[in-house]
Amino acid sequence: MTSALLYAFAGVALCGIGLFGFLRLQHLLRKLMAFNLIGSGVFLIMVGLAQRNGQPDPVPQALVLTGIVVAIAATALAVVLIRRYYHLSGQTTLAEPARENARPKARAVNREGAPE
Amino acid sequence: MRRFFGVTVLAAVCLAFAGALMITVWHISGTQAPVDLPGLLAENLEASGVEHPITAVLLNFRSYDTLLEIGVLVIAGIAGISMAKTTSLEDPLLRTSDSLLYALQRWFVPLMLVLAGYLLWAGSDRPGGAFQAGAVLAASGVMMRLGGIPMEFLRPGVLLRLGLALGFSVFLLVAVASAMAGDAFLAYPEAFNKPLILVIETVLTFSIAMVLLALFVSAPVNGAEEPEEGERG
Repeated sequence: MTSALLYAFAGVALCGIGLFGFLRLQHLLRKLMAFNLIGSGVFLIMVGLAQRNGQPDPVPQALVLTGIVVAIAATALAVVLIRRYYHLSGQTTLAEPARENARPKARAVNREGAPE
Repeated sequence: MRRFFGVTVLAAVCLAFAGALMITVWHISGTQAPVDLPGLLAENLEASGVEHPITAVLLNFRSYDTLLEIGVLVIAGIAGISMAKTTSLEDPLLRTSDSLLYALQRWFVPLMLVLAGYLLWAGSDRPGGAFQAGAVLAASGVMMRLGGIPMEFLRPGVLLRLGLALGFSVFLLVAVASAMAGDAFLAYPEAFNKPLILVIETVLTFSIAMVLLALFVSAPVNGAEEPEEGERG
């Protein structure tokens, strides 16, 4: 058990926690954060596994760097989409509007006037 | 009761997933890699034109990934802008008149611009490079915007589109030019390795900062009377 392997196992734990949150949480922003947690876990596994011979391997590190930048852009795009969705529907979840939790929708309609 | 049952099943599924992943990681860590990538890289570092292995991988050996990455970024930026209302790209309501922020800005913005330039240049022989520099540049842009410094170029128009597309188009141009000259796609000519990488890194920095800033700026949707979250109920 080397310290590099410890990083990889921490990444595995992050993946598990992120998966649980992604499936369990209702709020879209929380879902997004949980999804990002899975991504961070994958990055940690890649970087941790690649330095097992004591020497860090630059190739996976470069790939992870690329991945981080793409993840940031994708997260920002997802936030923009979520805000647009909230603006249009008044909801922060993907639940059916007919169910109990349709209360936020009514408030949003009052605030905005006619929905678009 | 049923809810509790659902959570338990979900937790069990996630634990099983994590356990399987852990076994895989343990197994992979036990096997020897079929190719010695670090050794291969160290042998060819001379030919790459830069001294830092990660920059060499990003901009030379695996530049295809980087090209596709900046393509993804440009698409994300364009999609983000098209989601926003035109007016929200320069919204006076979001400006703050906090004097502390103004004072900080006067110190920080020049410092951050210099830092971005340093990071860009440092990428050739130590940790640094286009992505870090672009992130710092975007952060200083975010700060400038929060402080209400007018940034005309962020309006949806020619300047914004040029800024978004610059990195990708220059990168693609270099790639196609080397293919036209009879070499492989994205193979730089030997003599121009370093200058070409420097040019590409510079335009990449610029475009990455532009994409991140555009995504930040286009996030608020307030064409209607909707208050910003967290401001007024």
